[in-house]
Amino acid sequence: MERAEIVAWAEANYLDLEFKRARAWVSEAPGRKAIGYLPVYAPVELIHAAGMLPVGVHGGGDRLDIIRGDAYYQSYICHLPRSVIELAVSGRLAFLSGAVFPSTCDVIRNLSGMWRLLFADKYVRYVDLPQDYDPAMGGAFFAHELRELVAGLGELRGAPVTRDEIAASVRVWNERRALIRALYEKRRLEPWNVPTDELYQILRAGEIVPVEEFLAYARAYLEVCGTDGRRPRDNARVVLVGSFCEQPPLGLIRTVERAGCYIVDDDLLHGNRFLTVDVPESDDPLTALAHTLLDRSVASPVMYERDPEAKRKLMAQRVEAAGAEGVIFGAPSFCDPALLDRPMLQRGADAARIPYISFKYAENTAQFQQFREQAGTFSDALKLWSGA
Amino acid sequence: MSQAKDRSQDLQKQLIAQLYDDLADAPQTGRKVVYTFVPGNLTELIRSFDLLPVLPEINALQSGMRQKTGAYITEAEKSGHSEDVCTYVKADLGMIKAGNLGPTGRPLPKPDLLLLSYTGCYTFMKWFELLREEYGCPVVMLHVPYQEAGHMTATHRQYVVDQIRDKLIPALEEVSGKRYDEARLKEMLARSARMEDDLVHVFQSAKNRPSPIDAWFGGVYYIGPMFTAFRGTPEGEEYYRLLRQEVDERVRLGLGPITPDGVLQEEKFRVVVEGPPNWTSFREFWKMFTDEGAVAVASTYTKVGGTYDFGFRHDPARPLETLAEYCSECYTNRNLPTRIDMLARYVEEYQADGFLINSVKSCNSFSAGQLMILREVERRTGRPGGFIESDLVDPRYFSAANIKNRLESYFQMLAARRAGVATTSLEVHP
Repeated sequence: MERAEIVAWAEANYLDLEFKRARAWVSEAPGRKAIGYLPVYAPVELIHAAGMLPVGVHGGGDRLDIIRGDAYYQSYICHLPRSVIELAVSGRLAFLSGAVFPSTCDVIRNLSGMWRLLFADKYVRYVDLPQDYDPAMGGAFFAHELRELVAGLGELRGAPVTRDEIAASVRVWNERRALIRALYEKRRLEPWNVPTDELYQILRAGEIVPVEEFLAYARAYLEVCGTDGRRPRDNARVVLVGSFCEQPPLGLIRTVERAGCYIVDDDLLHGNRFLTVDVPESDDPLTALAHTLLDRSVASPVMYERDPEAKRKLMAQRVEAAGAEGVIFGAPSFCDPALLDRPMLQRGADAARIPYISFKYAENTAQFQQFREQAGTFSDALKLWSGA
Repeated sequence: MSQAKDRSQDLQKQLIAQLYDDLADAPQTGRKVVYTFVPGNLTELIRSFDLLPVLPEINALQSGMRQKTGAYITEAEKSGHSEDVCTYVKADLGMIKAGNLGPTGRPLPKPDLLLLSYTGCYTFMKWFELLREEYGCPVVMLHVPYQEAGHMTATHRQYVVDQIRDKLIPALEEVSGKRYDEARLKEMLARSARMEDDLVHVFQSAKNRPSPIDAWFGGVYYIGPMFTAFRGTPEGEEYYRLLRQEVDERVRLGLGPITPDGVLQEEKFRVVVEGPPNWTSFREFWKMFTDEGAVAVASTYTKVGGTYDFGFRHDPARPLETLAEYCSECYTNRNLPTRIDMLARYVEEYQADGFLINSVKSCNSFSAGQLMILREVERRTGRPGGFIESDLVDPRYFSAANIKNRLESYFQMLAARRAGVATTSLEVHP
């Protein structure tokens, strides 16, 4: 496959707010079901283990007019839930047999209750993440949460989900995680060959198509993305921090890169990389998954940070690991996790003398001039400092 | 309205003032201090170690009532905190920068331990991560799972009990230098249960006509000792016994609630209120209700530190289990359908004319979903809902004229509706 073909596939899926590919999968065989999940981290392999299609529900971005969604939320609540509600009440999510709401923040938590009321005939599950890191406590608690989820999905399909099914899906998702890690590593090394807008659209497509299809396209992209003779530009290398839940519009990502910033690490669709390693194969795959979350999950504001030094060090660690020169703090307006975390991260960046800029966006932000100027100036400044 | 003041009000003030004096004296007396949150506060356990609790939300609201928070919030925003996030947090951080003066004007002590009771509010987690940076003191996390299915499961109870037993108690032992004393804890829990009986009795007195209490504006005074530091203490028990006696006497005499302007002479409207009050214009806000003869007969905010009126009591026979259950039962840890059930019950049981939602910008735990609550409670009860917007402690978000207009319109609508119902009734049954 050529790069253009892969990107076209990704773009078509990214733009499709009717979820045609997911609907097609559901209708291809009797009894098939799809389950939606909200950001940031949901154990989606368990949906796959139940023979169902996991469908990432990330709102409608700048491609959806909010007509009814605004009637559900006050102006001082972020844009994502009103967009999700819009998708739902307009019937676009009617093909979903249920939805999983992870413990990301109070807005998504309360949305789970709204879902129960709006769609009383659907399966709804709020999945609490463990905030105690002791395997005997938080680990046991989260394994239990996972068992409850699996039991609920089994009930929905009319047959229990087996241990072997779970183990098989964990293997598939390990493959998926490894491939995404490889794509991120490729971008880190050669950002000119892996523009973030392309990578992002491929990952967005991966949220709504069958995993096998995603793996095929993503693998093909990894193979071809360094073969078409693209040359590096004199861009600054930046880490984009804070956009782990409500996603920025694609235009904003493109604007940052076109303004002279290679994004070499980010939080976009963070659930994909929430577990930083493969889940080990085990006779008890749910406990293995729970323990991997406790021990080897990415630093995220949706989890309690035990180490008092960690936030202060995090930006320096990420900048160093990515070979970046600066940080762009780009968070959605009214996003508690990102905006409450930001001062702590910025303090660490200050201490490490890491340059940064900050802005807020909404998923439907349509004007990019301000970001172009900000990112362009930042890129120029980084280049000047680098040369000093 | 006639002027009135009950003895319990004086006692309440004395209790709170004494607590702040004890806190201010802590560096001299050597008493250790634990910061924690109102929802899921484990006051009995903390005090069984002779530790003093500090509730940062209470500090923030007290600062709000004293008109300090505008400057505190500005200070926090200047140092990089977003205008979009919780103003309790920013007021607290600004207060620290300004010398950490408590409501009595004396400095609050630094925490020896941050007890992060993670119950019903995401922001709590960030708040104590931020305070940890300010104070450099240890944090102990107590993760209380959300009641996603509307009740606490046995597994969740055990998870919380395990954390209390194996994480929290050792941390309290270390900071206090004392051993866990279960007999003492049980004694305090038994006292808590008696206090809770009295508090519920007081709240349920609002089923009378006229209601002898205002269960929102007035209610925040009634919950003060219970939600801060006095649950399980002899002085707390004395306060609630006295309050109950006074409220019973008001019922016997057919008196309305005491307000800042005296006893409300005529109860025109009975409303249920969802959401916290605004603190920076608390008195002005309350007056908007009393001017209309409106009384809050039940409120959800007064349940953030425990939903005792649905049956929960601390059980001294099961000390750690009961603490775990207490945390889980706090209002904001309950899922949205359960909250709607509560509100609908309040509207019916307290014979309310309608219900009002005060949606505060700061608090997504309360606010996200309130427009749906509005529709659902209206649908179930047939009683009209009103919706106003303000904030907890950011004076920039209290628009008195707008709120007054909305409230007046709402109460006019209730009056018109009542008149309409009466007319219909007369037509049907001449």
